[in-house]
Amino acid sequence: MKILVAVKRVIDYNVQIRVKEDGSGVHTDNVKMSTNPPDDNAVEESVKLKESGKVKEVIAISIGEDKAQETIRKALAIGADKGIHVKADSYIEPLGIAKILKKIVEKEKPDMVFLGKQAIDDDCNQTGQMLAAMLNWPQATFTSKVNLKDKSAEIIREIDEGLETIEVNLPAVVSCDLRLNEPRFASLPNIMKAKKKPMEQINAKDLGLDLTNRIQQIKVEEPPKRKAGIKVANVAELVSKLKNEAKVL
Amino acid sequence: MSVLLIAEHDNSKLKPFTLNAITAASKIDSDVHVLVAGSNCENVSNEIANVPLVKKVLWCDSPNYQNYLPENLAPLVTKAAEQYDHVVASANTFGKNFMPRVAAALDISQVSDIIKVSSPDTFVRPIYAGNAFATVKSNDKKKCVTIRPTSFEPAEKTGGSAKIEKIEAVDVPNISKFIKREETKSERPELGTARVVVSGGRGLESGENFKLITDIADKLNAAVGASRAAVDAGYISNDHQVGQTGKVVVPDLYIAVGISGAIQHLAGMKESKIIVAINKDGEAPIFSVADYGLEADLFKALPEFLAELNKLNTIQK
Repeated sequence: MKILVAVKRVIDYNVQIRVKEDGSGVHTDNVKMSTNPPDDNAVEESVKLKESGKVKEVIAISIGEDKAQETIRKALAIGADKGIHVKADSYIEPLGIAKILKKIVEKEKPDMVFLGKQAIDDDCNQTGQMLAAMLNWPQATFTSKVNLKDKSAEIIREIDEGLETIEVNLPAVVSCDLRLNEPRFASLPNIMKAKKKPMEQINAKDLGLDLTNRIQQIKVEEPPKRKAGIKVANVAELVSKLKNEAKVL
Repeated sequence: MSVLLIAEHDNSKLKPFTLNAITAASKIDSDVHVLVAGSNCENVSNEIANVPLVKKVLWCDSPNYQNYLPENLAPLVTKAAEQYDHVVASANTFGKNFMPRVAAALDISQVSDIIKVSSPDTFVRPIYAGNAFATVKSNDKKKCVTIRPTSFEPAEKTGGSAKIEKIEAVDVPNISKFIKREETKSERPELGTARVVVSGGRGLESGENFKLITDIADKLNAAVGASRAAVDAGYISNDHQVGQTGKVVVPDLYIAVGISGAIQHLAGMKESKIIVAINKDGEAPIFSVADYGLEADLFKALPEFLAELNKLNTIQK
C-alpha cells in the first residue's frame, strides 16, 4: 500500500499573531514557521503504518513557496520516503489545494491520503473533504484511531457528542486529529539522511488547473480586546464580586 | 433566491445549534428553507416547520441518511442546492464533515465558520485561532457557508407553520459504513449551550481530581469543560475540550481552573461574558483575559468556593 501525506507550513502555534496595521493580513516576516500541528499527526501515522509493514511507501507533499521544502524535509526525516513540492508563490484556497492534490493522486495512485483536519492559520477545515469529494472517495475526518485492513479502514472519529466508529473503503482520505498519536522528533542521523531522499518539484502553474481564488479578503483586523480584569484576594471576594458586581450567580 | 440550511438532528429531535444557524441564515436572506435528511425523522420536520423564521421544509427520509455519512448526505445536498443561492450549516463536527464535499462538487470555495453576516456575500470569520478577524467576500455565484453557532442567538422555536415538502432520496455510493457512536451521556447542560461552564486543566493533576470541578459544576448547573492538555493527559474525554480544535463556548460565566491559557484554549472561550481564572501561577496568560483572577492553589480554593456557593441561596438549580 502507498500513502500520500500532505503537510502545510504555517506560523508556529506558539507565536503570538500580530495583525498588520493596514488590514492586509498578519505579520509573517521573521516569524517562526512550523508544520501545521495535525499534519505532524498525519505524518506520524503514515510512518507508523509503514513500520508495521502494512504500507510500503509514504510520499510527503507540500504546496507553497520554496520554503515549503523544509516542511517536506521534516516529514522525510520522520520516515517518509519521497517528497513532492508543488511550487506556488501566492495563497491558494482549500478548493485549489484540493484540485492540486487530486492531480498528484491521479499520478501517484496512493491507497490513502493523510492530512491534518485543519490548518491553524486559515482555520478552514475543508481540504481533506474536498479532495475526497473530487475523487469520489470516502473520508474520515477528525480521526483519532486508524485500524487498517486489506480493503478498508476502521476509523474512530472525534465528534461533538463523543466518539464515532466508521468503516471506509479504500482508497480513502483520512484527516487527522491531535489525539491520533504522539508525533516523534526526528533524530539527527535521520535529519541527515532526509537530505538525500528524493524531492520532486512541480510548478502549480504547469498543472493546467484553474486556481483562481474565489474569496476576496477585504480586511483583517484584531478582535475586540477584553477590558482588563482585576485580581481578587480570596474566594469570598470572588464570590461576592460574581454575585454583586457581575451578577452571574 | 433563497437560502438552504441543513438541519442537524438525531432523527427524533432537532439539535439546538440548528436554531442558531437559522438566525444566521435569516440574516443572509429572509427566505430560509431547511433540509431535514434522516431516517424516520418526521418529528424533526414538524419541529422545524414550527420555527417562525423558516419558510419551507424539505424533508427527505431514507435509511441512507440515518447516520449522516457525508458520502451519502453530500450528493443529496448538492442536488437540492440547485435551487438556492446559499447552502449553510453549523460549523460543528456535523457541518464541517459534509459541507466541503458539497462545495467541491459544486466547484465553490467554502466560507467556513462565520461569526457575522455583513451582506449576502460578505462575512466575518476568525482566523489564527481567533487572533484575527477576516472580512471576506465570496465571488462564487452560489455560496457554501458554515456558521459558528455560538455567535448567533437561537431562533424562536414555535409560532411558525412552514410548508413541508417531501423530496426524493438520491443514489448513494456505498463506500462507507457507520458502525457505532459512543455519546457521553450527562445530566449536566451541554457544553456548547450552557449558561455556565467550569473547566479544568493540567493543574488538576488527575482524572479523579476532576471531581472538584464537577462538584462546582453541579452546584452551578454548569457544563464541564477542559483544556487540551487535560484531555491529552487522559483526565477527561475529548468531548469536553474547549479551544481552537475543540468546542467554542460563549457562556455568561466561564470558570477556568488550573488552565494556563494557551492561545488555542483562549480561542475557544475568550468571548465568554464573564471569565474567572483560578491558577497558582500569577503570570499565567489566562489572567490576561479574566475579569476576575484568583491566584491560589486550586486544591484549597475549590472546596472553599463550593462552601461559599452553598451559602448563597440565589443559585438556579
